[in-house]
Amino acid sequence: MSEAQFLSISKKDGETILHLSGEWISNYASTLENETNLCIDKIENIKSTTIAVNTSSLEKLDTYGAWLLERLKRDLTTKGFEVKLGDLSKDDQALFNLINATNKQKPKSAITQSLIRLIAQTKNLSITFGKDLLSFANMLGAITLSLFTIIKNPKSFRLTSSVHQLDKICWQAVPIILLITLLIGGIIAQQGFFHFGKLGAELYVVDMVGILVLREVGILLVAIMVAGRSGSAYTAELGSMKMREEIDALQTMGLNPIDVLILPRILMLIIALPILTFLGSMAALYGGGLVAWIYGGMTPEIFISRLKEAISLTHFQVGMIKAPFMGLVIGLVACTEGLKVKGSAESLGQQTTKSVVKAIFMVIVLDGLFAIFFASIGW
Amino acid sequence: MQTPIIEIKDLVVGFGETIVLDHLNLDVERGKILGVVGGSGCGKSVLMRTILGLIPKRAGTIHFLSEDKKQSTLENHGAIEQKFGVLFQRGALFSSLTVLQNIQFQMREHLDIKKKLMDEMAIAKLELVGLSPNDANKYPSELSGGMTKRVALARALALDPELLFLDEPTSGLDPISAGEFDALIRTLQKSLGLTVFMITHDLESLYEICDCIAVLAEGDVVAKGEIQEILKSDHPWVQSYFAGKRGGYVFNRLNETVE
Repeated sequence: MSEAQFLSISKKDGETILHLSGEWISNYASTLENETNLCIDKIENIKSTTIAVNTSSLEKLDTYGAWLLERLKRDLTTKGFEVKLGDLSKDDQALFNLINATNKQKPKSAITQSLIRLIAQTKNLSITFGKDLLSFANMLGAITLSLFTIIKNPKSFRLTSSVHQLDKICWQAVPIILLITLLIGGIIAQQGFFHFGKLGAELYVVDMVGILVLREVGILLVAIMVAGRSGSAYTAELGSMKMREEIDALQTMGLNPIDVLILPRILMLIIALPILTFLGSMAALYGGGLVAWIYGGMTPEIFISRLKEAISLTHFQVGMIKAPFMGLVIGLVACTEGLKVKGSAESLGQQTTKSVVKAIFMVIVLDGLFAIFFASIGW
Repeated sequence: MQTPIIEIKDLVVGFGETIVLDHLNLDVERGKILGVVGGSGCGKSVLMRTILGLIPKRAGTIHFLSEDKKQSTLENHGAIEQKFGVLFQRGALFSSLTVLQNIQFQMREHLDIKKKLMDEMAIAKLELVGLSPNDANKYPSELSGGMTKRVALARALALDPELLFLDEPTSGLDPISAGEFDALIRTLQKSLGLTVFMITHDLESLYEICDCIAVLAEGDVVAKGEIQEILKSDHPWVQSYFAGKRGGYVFNRLNETVE
């Protein structure tokens, strides 16, 4: 057993005396805590009712020491002892009095039981899901209303801001969209030649590339890229405006944030997606043709004439009709999440992540719904 | 005369072409509250940040002295940073941590103590600055301006520092809260034996709690001393600051109490 440095017990005339010594400060807090705990264990075996605390050789006291002393005193008092604290210096006494008043009530604790927490989380999650759908519907209503006011009074449309947005989300996105779709088109064609080649059905690779790209891959890829690129930017922009009370400022100036910030963004996204989808699909077909020529040994003339036979306007329309709806969904999700940002930097990051995840999810769900719809009308 | 706790000699700090602090000399005396005043942009915050090592200095020395006159600088500090508590102007609480975790942050890093004691100490600090234990599990975004300042003060006091830096502690508080905050700083300073380096624009604080005032202008300390001595200074900025419309009010009150 180590020798006590700070606290020792002695007996005199049937009275127990605690001697405090040394520096009761934060650096030694760990040792002090052990010694006070040890001391309580020892005292339990002593049969006396009063304990005197001798503080004459106490050298230094800070809040840590003061609290440990106070805790010792409280623990002993609850065990039925009467504790008489010796005189402290004036400053130490003031400090002790300050500490004396603290820790009298425990903070409310958060839920700790894991099963209950799991159930609570599941419940919260389903409520959040319902609220999310509601808030998207709310946003859709708000922008429709805003659209009507603009149709009534076209001058109030924010043209400059819209053009700026279009430049950011459409024009500046063109290179990366072209590159990615070109590569994916090429990869699809390569896989087709590799596997169809075994059956001797190389010619059908062109059908596959054409139909797949125009109907599904072009639009899906572009929508997912835009959700990651522009959707996240929207959420972050609106979120930081919310954080710095800029949106509140707009409202107090009598302007509707929906008209000023959100409508131009969502409208431009609805315009940008068809343009990007068109460019992306063309790039993917080009990439497919390139691979067919280099890897599959199919001349461009054959590729193009086969493509003419394989695809019809319907396939192109199926892809293009979906595009504006994808834009709308991405915009709705991004703006709604942006406005949900609260005061902290962490919440901004959280909402941006949520925005991208939800937007991609919604895009895929929407694509599935369209697939069912087009199948049932026989397109 | 006691040894100063910080000794600044010939300090030069600048950004690009502009020199903000030009051969500044200042001693911060142990166990006192030093109020630093000056016009906006005169380099008060820059001075504090330079002392804390957040801004590089171009020339000069900053020495931290212990009671046995041992000198040290930030570069070879050892455990100096543990002796500092800093209250930033906007609180600078970590937004992803709760109030309790914010206060415990340095305890976790620097002290080897059990969770129970750490929780109790954090609650104690929280109550010292006048908040309720029920605020412990809140996040900084849920706090009002005054509460943020109090939590930031509790965090600055977490390790019982010797030296407390306060950057405009009462700005943005209503006069009553500001008064309470001043009283709180005074009580804590006395009972914990702190040295306080306080940047302030609040004339009330200067008058109520500062033992010593340093006036910063033109990149140097143009006046230093107790408030009566400062009022006697004939530097034009000091004159317009204390004898102006707002300063005059405090000046008159001071005279009343002297009489």
